[in-house]
Amino acid sequence: MPEKKQVNKSKKRVDARAKVTGKAKFGADLKFHNMLYGQVVRTEYPHAKIININKSKAEEYPGVEVVMTAEDIPNNLFGVIIENQQVLAEDRVLYIGDGVAMLAARSKKAAREAAKLIEVEYEELPGVYGVEEARQADSPVVMPGEENNQVIHHPLRKGDVSEGLTEADIVMERKYTTQFVEHAYIEPEAVTVVPEERNTLVTVYGAVQNPNATRDAVANVLDCDLSKVRIIQDNMGGSFGGKDENISAMACRAAVMALATNKPVQLVNSREESIIESYKRHPYTMNYKIGAKDDGELVAMEIEAVADSGAYACQTPFVTWRSVVQATGPYEVPNVKTDTYGFYTNSPYTGAMRGYGSPPVIFAQESMMDELAAELDLTPAEIRRKNMFKNNSRTASNQKLDNHEVSLTEVMDKALSAIDYHDKYEKYNQPQDSTIKRGIGFAISYRGVSLGAEAIDAAGAIVSVQKDGSIILYSGLAENGQGLKTVFSQIAAEELGVSLERITHMETDTSVSPESGSTVASRSTLVGGSAVKKAAENIKTVIAEFVAEEYDYSGKIIYRDDALYTKEGERIVAFPELAATAFHNGVFLSSYGWYKAPGISWDEETGQGRPYFTYVYGCQAAEVEVDTGTGEVKVVNMSAAHDVGKAINPANVRGQIYGGAVMALGHALMEDLGFSKGFIKHTNFDEYLIPTVKDAPENIEAIIVENPDPAGPYGAKSIGEPAMELGGAAINNAIAQATGRRLRDLPLNLERVLLGRNLSKED
Amino acid sequence: MSEIKVEFTLNDNKESVVVPAEERLLDTLRERFDLTGTKEGCGVGECGACTVILDGEAVNSCLVPTAQVDGRQVRTVEGLAEGDELDPLQQSFIDHQAVQCGFCTPGMLMSARALLDKNTSPTEEEIKTALDGNLCRCTGYKQIVDAVEAAAKKEERE
Repeated sequence: MPEKKQVNKSKKRVDARAKVTGKAKFGADLKFHNMLYGQVVRTEYPHAKIININKSKAEEYPGVEVVMTAEDIPNNLFGVIIENQQVLAEDRVLYIGDGVAMLAARSKKAAREAAKLIEVEYEELPGVYGVEEARQADSPVVMPGEENNQVIHHPLRKGDVSEGLTEADIVMERKYTTQFVEHAYIEPEAVTVVPEERNTLVTVYGAVQNPNATRDAVANVLDCDLSKVRIIQDNMGGSFGGKDENISAMACRAAVMALATNKPVQLVNSREESIIESYKRHPYTMNYKIGAKDDGELVAMEIEAVADSGAYACQTPFVTWRSVVQATGPYEVPNVKTDTYGFYTNSPYTGAMRGYGSPPVIFAQESMMDELAAELDLTPAEIRRKNMFKNNSRTASNQKLDNHEVSLTEVMDKALSAIDYHDKYEKYNQPQDSTIKRGIGFAISYRGVSLGAEAIDAAGAIVSVQKDGSIILYSGLAENGQGLKTVFSQIAAEELGVSLERITHMETDTSVSPESGSTVASRSTLVGGSAVKKAAENIKTVIAEFVAEEYDYSGKIIYRDDALYTKEGERIVAFPELAATAFHNGVFLSSYGWYKAPGISWDEETGQGRPYFTYVYGCQAAEVEVDTGTGEVKVVNMSAAHDVGKAINPANVRGQIYGGAVMALGHALMEDLGFSKGFIKHTNFDEYLIPTVKDAPENIEAIIVENPDPAGPYGAKSIGEPAMELGGAAINNAIAQATGRRLRDLPLNLERVLLGRNLSKED
Repeated sequence: MSEIKVEFTLNDNKESVVVPAEERLLDTLRERFDLTGTKEGCGVGECGACTVILDGEAVNSCLVPTAQVDGRQVRTVEGLAEGDELDPLQQSFIDHQAVQCGFCTPGMLMSARALLDKNTSPTEEEIKTALDGNLCRCTGYKQIVDAVEAAAKKEERE
């Protein structure tokens, strides 16, 4: 294979220059002629009946152009999986972020002031807060029209778990919980809707993570054709799964007001509005029962994982589905019984967040592996090596891992050696005199790549060569800040042998870009990248025919250095000249590329099948320092080894690993919304703390492991979510070694680390 | 409501505006001067996305009333490059892949610029102290700190 010029290289990001100069426009930076500023009025209670809304004072406020409530919205419900999310609450508010009215005014100030004049009369209702209550037979029903609060139940049955537990020498039962987590993208949500622009009914600009999902919602709410709604993505100030349904709700509201006023309407959330309204990561309550032999061999796992869906179904059915597949971890277990549930409550609704359903179950299951090891007098490494998947292992879904390299040994060896794990583990097992005690821990995982059995998994792209040899690239999957445009441009440049500067990667535009599903599930490089590669390959097929005709060469063409060469290395023509000549000869050098992922299968009743077409493997280790006088934890070092198949851009991959590890650190140690009966107390970054540069570990060793996968472009798989699913368990295991006390509830804040329990009343 | 005339230097240009007494510098920059590189992330001085340099100090422009910048020097991210010539920090952020979503980037750059203008050879700890008021949710900070360190070394050599 000739050396790659563009891929597997740490190319600089194609969007970096615009971002360091301040020229990159984000949702709130846009201005349109005659633009109005929207403001949403939200409920005062987490659960209440709306008795009356008086808009008249707000309507009279100078500068106000329209005031609207649910009755003004053509179709008030939307949702990606189950359509039950209200654009504005109609009769009942179901959580503290529900909007009840909205208005648009000629200035931000008028919008803010007028919103205060909307009078809403409520009848407060008792709410359901927490899944324990929600699943009781006599619990009030949260979702109107449902019989009970269950959103979903995913069973998985393999072997005979009762028999397995009888055969076990040891059976351990443990309960673990995780908390609601805020995405905390630094850019609050922002959208602008322009009515009747060009030939559409509405054009939506803004921080839209999944343009096609938002288009579905807006078209559904306006009751119009998809072709009449155009979504053009702006730069995204972070998303992490978090700018989907909440942005769709905002786009729907702005669209209704834009059509009512025939003026562009912009909606920008303050941080407080963002935290109160936006969906969160699902909190989980997990009961694990594990049976093992004396030598550590796992014989049975019985798991119940219960997720709090909050007020809407949102993505709960799929989030919990991923939990099922990963709940047993990367271990061979002959007998498994898993039940994963989601329940409605009157808490904020929960949806996609980086990792989806895996971080909670990995926290539980990888904590428990250490607990089991300690009980059996084995080391954490020994118990994992004894049970972890190898090539041809069978998963809990009975899928045989036979189409890719199962690289758990490699990732574990590399991560542990990079942080000097074994020596430190021995050292920290000795008595430590100081009140500052150190510990080291790690976790491993396997993760299904892409959507799996959630949905059809296909994506498209357009590569269009212009007559001067410059190239326009459109992708149906979207840049969310992760570096997608750079990676896709590298793939197109590699295939066509051109420099990266020749390529302009456009913003995703739903009226142009092929509908490709959502930019989620760490699927972009594999699925979207393959589509870009396919488009470029299609163009090369056309070029080959043209070259045979025009340049009298029909052998293999080598594309490199902005020119075409014969296989003997003789230059045929420069790429720009080829593009011009082709154009003037009526040859079309543009193509759609479409990639459909390999097949999968899933039995809803038993959880058996082939849920994902391939997997990635990772190991992260953390070394902590615990102040046993205060409970303060400092993560000193981390190492992270991830098999990404092949890194298209190693510097980007490392960036994902560093960012994922630090995000996991935040979830593990500090992030807490301060819930009190459906109210959120921590609504800004002065109280909802996320890691600063000083909270980040002094060193994170990011190790890229490459076992190319036949399914991915150049063998590439994924990294975005794998990088953040392991840190919580690794840190928890390190704290347990340092303090000698095992914690089972996130976050591992000062009180829990110091006293073993939380002092807040909510606990 | 009282309005105040404010004259100040913005990215080396003399400017004059009349603003309500309570108007935030952040809004003046974004709305009156279209300098939208300065971002609003929290509005309470916690995230640092709105950081600008005021008389050599990095400040959160969401906490500074415009009235207070009368007679003073304000520098925003748009004032870092000279024409096409990027500031060494900007180039270093590009070279070290220190940019992901890019929303915190302008604030990070301004905090780092204020540091390097005062301290040409900062230690890693000094860099972290300077950036401690700038939140980033994407990068885990590693490549940002690397970028600032490298820029400092480059500036010191030159």
